[in-house]
Amino acid sequence: MAGSANRLSKWMEGTGPFSDIVISCRVRLARNVQGLPFPHLMQDSQAEDLLQRLRQALANQGARSADHRMTLYRLRDLAVLDRHVLVEKHLISPQHARNVAHGAVILRGDEAVSVLVNEEDHLRIQCLFPALQLEQAWQLASNVDDLLERKLEYAFSPDRGYLTACPTNVGTGLRASVMLHLPALVMSNQAGRLHSSIVKLGFMVRGIYGEGTEALGNIFQFSNQITLGRSEVDIIENLRSVTAQIIEQERSARELLRKEMRHQLEDRVWRAYGILTHARVLSSAEAVQLLSDVRLGKDLGILTGLTSAGLTELLVMTRPGYLQKLADRQLSAAERDVQRARLIREKLRAAAAGATSSG
Amino acid sequence: MLCQECRKRPATVHVTKITDDQRTEMNLCEICARELGEVELLTEPKFSLQSLLAGLLAHEASRAERRPVAEDRCSNCGLTYQQFTKAGRLGCSQCYAAFETRLEPLLRRIHGATAHTGKVPAQGARPRSRRDELAMLRHELEMCVRREEFERAAELRDRIRELEQRSGES
Ligand SMILES: [Zn+2]
Ligand SMILES: [Zn+2]
Repeated sequence: MAGSANRLSKWMEGTGPFSDIVISCRVRLARNVQGLPFPHLMQDSQAEDLLQRLRQALANQGARSADHRMTLYRLRDLAVLDRHVLVEKHLISPQHARNVAHGAVILRGDEAVSVLVNEEDHLRIQCLFPALQLEQAWQLASNVDDLLERKLEYAFSPDRGYLTACPTNVGTGLRASVMLHLPALVMSNQAGRLHSSIVKLGFMVRGIYGEGTEALGNIFQFSNQITLGRSEVDIIENLRSVTAQIIEQERSARELLRKEMRHQLEDRVWRAYGILTHARVLSSAEAVQLLSDVRLGKDLGILTGLTSAGLTELLVMTRPGYLQKLADRQLSAAERDVQRARLIREKLRAAAAGATSSG
Repeated sequence: MLCQECRKRPATVHVTKITDDQRTEMNLCEICARELGEVELLTEPKFSLQSLLAGLLAHEASRAERRPVAEDRCSNCGLTYQQFTKAGRLGCSQCYAAFETRLEPLLRRIHGATAHTGKVPAQGARPRSRRDELAMLRHELEMCVRREEFERAAELRDRIRELEQRSGES
């Protein structure tokens, strides 16, 4: 089932290089099909035609394990909550969730691949991996691209590259991004400075939770702005090297905090852990912030028994859609705050029990 | 107006939902709207990129209004350049050719470049010739050396050598 609440997406596994700071990475390729208008001008019959061709392309996947098999879902066949969960797992965009007329999504069993069909472009091939594995994400995206291309002729010009609905994506059509947890840079008031220097280098920054410049839970997404005139490998290498520099800065900020403010830091982490393991009502904003403190505590060895995967899972599971999916019904805001607190309490206590019994 | 959910903060998000022909209106503050999951489905976080493009296009649109020119239209999909400047989206792949002269400066401002380099479809359009690619890479190498980006220059040099060797073989 698409967007199953029981299954974790590949990117939520929490393991890989620099997983103490890099939560996940993503590579997205924008592609359009020759001879069809872009999705916002498409007729029903043209959208159907594209979906049919994609089904044919998927019929030629060859023998694959369930984890690697790709399946196409029409968005209109999915319940509202299922679509909401797909957004919260970052598998489709918020706009796409509402695109019931022509929209579809192709998901690979392990949810490492999601292809948005008839969003702003005919195809948005996305690969999401845990930690810093941009090269792997690019390779996989390119393989999926090759598979789909066997049944489709892409709109491509030798001069301008892959042609996209918006000129900001033309060329490679590639948007690579990393999702970073930067609590120490935020605590030491360095996030603003970092933000402006990164933008000057031609990258974009946004908070994953919260709006505008506010980044609830200290989680930021960095991505390339330029898609034309640079090769995919260059774009990815640039983002990787910028990310390596940010990791370096976050690590030294953490080191400094640990040296200069050890007690305050430990106090903050333990208070967060105390609230999360005892609270009866938690808003999502509060949960996201406290989970950030607990994650930092785990990364610095203050808290034991917790894993990156477990904490990332909690971040996603405590979103409004996911909570309702777990409860299998609509919940009011007040009901969700109660469910959220209970879920976090249970998960953190189970982790603590596991740590005691195994250690 | 106060937010109907918390009754504390001013309502700045107005949501109209139509479910089963029932029209419900909600007036919420941003915090409650986000809590209710309404905002997540209604708005996309603002990218600097979108505002960049909007800024560039707004500038062009105001110029066009002051000095109206013969309307540019893509003969394939019927989209006018005016419509593009308003929506920020082209209508079909042929729009790129139809509006070529006007898109070129725009692409230069967004990407700092106008020519594609990178992956090419296996079928369909033909890749650019090796000679073109070599000329482009040599130009890029020169620019990198001027900007003292030596790491990138070394990569380009290796790529050029590789291409030169391959064209020597074939
Ligand atoms: Zn409110
Ligand atoms: Zn057109």
